[in-house]
Amino acid sequence: MGVGIEVSDLNAWYGTNHTLKDIQLNIPANHATALIGPSGCGKSTFVRCLNRMHETNPIARVTGKVLINDVDIYAEASPVEIRRRVGMVFQRPNPFPTMSIYDNVASGLKLNGFRNRRVLDEVVERSLRQSALWEEVKDELKKKSGASLSGGQQQRLCIARALAVDPEVLLMDEPASALDPVSTAKIEDLIFELKSQYTIVIVTHNMQQAARVAENTGFFLMGKLVEFDSTHKIFTNPSDKRTEDYITGRFG
Amino acid sequence: MRTFLRGRGNSAVADATFRGLVFLCALSIFGIVVLIAWELISRSQLTLAKFGIGFFFRSAWDPVNNNFGAWPFIYGTLMSSFLALLISVPFALGVAIFLTEMCPKWLRAPLSFLTELLAAIPSVVYGLWAIFVLIPLLRDHVNPMLMFTLGWTGLFTPPNAGYSMLAAGVVLAIMILPIISSLTREVMTSVPMVQREGVLALGATRWEMIRIGVLRNARIGIVGAIILGLGRALGETMAVTMVIGNRPEIVKSLLAPGYTMASVLANEFSEATSDMYLSALIEIGLALFLVTIVVNACARLLVWMVTRGAPARVA
Amino acid sequence: MASQSMRPPLRASRVNVFSRRIKSGLVGGLAVLATIAVIVPLIAILLYLLKQGVTSLNWNFFTKIPVPAGESGGGMENAIVGSGVILALASLIGIPLGIGAGIYLAEYGRDRRMGNIVRFTADVLNGVPSIVMGIAIYALIVLPQKHFSAFAGGVVLGVMMVPTVTRTTEEMLRMVPHAIREAALGLGVPAWRSALTITLRTASAGIVTGCMLAFARVAGETAPLLFTAFGNAFQSTSLNEPIAALPLQIFVYAVSPYDEWHRLAWAGALVLIVLIIASVALVRYVVSRGTLKGAS
Repeated sequence: MGVGIEVSDLNAWYGTNHTLKDIQLNIPANHATALIGPSGCGKSTFVRCLNRMHETNPIARVTGKVLINDVDIYAEASPVEIRRRVGMVFQRPNPFPTMSIYDNVASGLKLNGFRNRRVLDEVVERSLRQSALWEEVKDELKKKSGASLSGGQQQRLCIARALAVDPEVLLMDEPASALDPVSTAKIEDLIFELKSQYTIVIVTHNMQQAARVAENTGFFLMGKLVEFDSTHKIFTNPSDKRTEDYITGRFG
Repeated sequence: MRTFLRGRGNSAVADATFRGLVFLCALSIFGIVVLIAWELISRSQLTLAKFGIGFFFRSAWDPVNNNFGAWPFIYGTLMSSFLALLISVPFALGVAIFLTEMCPKWLRAPLSFLTELLAAIPSVVYGLWAIFVLIPLLRDHVNPMLMFTLGWTGLFTPPNAGYSMLAAGVVLAIMILPIISSLTREVMTSVPMVQREGVLALGATRWEMIRIGVLRNARIGIVGAIILGLGRALGETMAVTMVIGNRPEIVKSLLAPGYTMASVLANEFSEATSDMYLSALIEIGLALFLVTIVVNACARLLVWMVTRGAPARVA
Repeated sequence: MASQSMRPPLRASRVNVFSRRIKSGLVGGLAVLATIAVIVPLIAILLYLLKQGVTSLNWNFFTKIPVPAGESGGGMENAIVGSGVILALASLIGIPLGIGAGIYLAEYGRDRRMGNIVRFTADVLNGVPSIVMGIAIYALIVLPQKHFSAFAGGVVLGVMMVPTVTRTTEEMLRMVPHAIREAALGLGVPAWRSALTITLRTASAGIVTGCMLAFARVAGETAPLLFTAFGNAFQSTSLNEPIAALPLQIFVYAVSPYDEWHRLAWAGALVLIVLIIASVALVRYVVSRGTLKGAS
């Protein structure tokens, strides 16, 4: 079960650089939402505001309101709690190299105080099945290190790791951009499977990918959210001329 | 055209000469190491022949009767270095963690400059300070407290002269701290940012992020840094000589004087009258040489493994 | 669905988070304390040195040689001059050898087995205790000559400079962009001349600071001089005789029982520290401004 995200009056800065300007957005629950836009438009910054990773940079600043399932994540909760409930998958796969596959997936749970072997075993298996990695690694869970897998497998491992703590939202920042086409296709299939259970926000510079996996799409340009609508409408009949220019390849 | 081609030909000879010259310079480094080893081995033949390997496990030190055994010095070196590590490592790690993960940007440069200064102070100046400040401090304030609270362990018993194994350990700790700290910082900063973010994104606190995302990944290099500090402590001479009391005895109490390999060399070398005496001292120098080479080689290897980007494998 | 039962209840996770954050704060506090515990004594040492040394620094210190114990008015002029002589010889030996080896490593020895072995050996040589170096040079030079000498002192310090100069020279040369080398070669400049005049000059600021660093390091060394230069109560500049040196003199005075000599030791330590700190600060300044000024 996913939750809806309501963003109002969101502004973000890196030092004096005003990277996000007055973002208003409602992301529906249990759907996949894609965010597209040219490099530097602020879509990655936006996503990092949703799990309060943006503020880990010492010169970063945020104002505005982000409600996730009616919880104001900036006012009512600590970043540590928020990040458990809003998971993130990064552009470059980053499994923990000193841990086995099992320990990688279980790391989030152990952090949150779950030590019971049986519980951990169940959750690890569930998460790896969810990320379509179980069959490939089930015999070497504790013997192989997280870093010894191929790129596509590593990314699926990272997805499993994020899913293991049972988040409500899954943020994906260009998750397939560092992968080969076959792995990319697997990741996209995964997103398709997962979106009925989680609210997924995926940043992508690949418009075909957005069209394939997301029900809704938002177009960012120079820190502003230009248009947000169903994917079908954005790609066939956008309301804003700037969106149309981007889609048709006139820039970006 | 002809002039041009002739110029090319000359340059080949010059190139080869230049390359040969700098290669010789590089070879000189080998030459130096070989020379040192050669001198140490050849000049310690007398005692090598007479006492064999047992030289390092005997406790005699009697120049008059040509009876030599280096065990008290080896013990002193090991004990003082071990103490130094015990005291220094927690602080060094604390400083490294603070400077790498917690320090505001504007404070980082001055603080790291100060820790670099610690490393630049010469040994003899540390010794000077230790004689007139550290020893009275230990003797009059710290040692009585240690004797009172921990005297039952047998490690802190009178006499309390100040010149002691403990003093040597403390001075050494201060001296090796900057090495351990700066190398630890180097390996910590070489851990990629995405590892830190990956841990944070799972909902970790800052310490958990440092523990899992940084320290765990860098642990091999950190061990290397510590071993490098050990290597420095083993060979440190002047400051230790000035505070350790220079008595070749093995006593349980840390408040008693001791003697290290480097110190006996510093104190007695210029007074070695007989060939056997000199040979014994040079043999101690040889041992010190070999031990520090091995320790430093291991340490460098470990640090190199982490900072060269070779990902740490599951053990 | 399995996921429903697996979700940790919100309240439990809140408590768990609270205790974890307390722990994180505690550890952070410890790290801060450790840093304070290190910086404060350092500053205390430097201030104490300043206080003790400044009161004993006077004109006599720099111009007079030591007087017998019990009298006053002596200085460390011979030690300062002696250190100068030894360090000059050391630089003459250590800097050319070190720069040459550094050039080899950077220009001909990159990523090659020989280069890696040399690099490794240089690092290992760096770790050899200075007193062991002193013994080796004693055996090599003092024993055959049957007397201590400034020459032996200069040799041992020069040898100690080599690894540091080598490594910093190599690092600085490596930072020179390939484009510059290629530009020189493209103009028909032979490789040896390109290395010497163009690459070296571009990296010169960094190389000079590396030499300064090595110089500052050996300037404070005492142990290797104990049985090479040996020390001298009188003025001497001859390479063939024992000679005084500042750190050596500080040591002798520090362990002596005379207050007057202790004062002189503090003064000497202050002079030494000031010189070394100035070198370190200068090195840092040059490095922070960018070592490739010549390239811009």
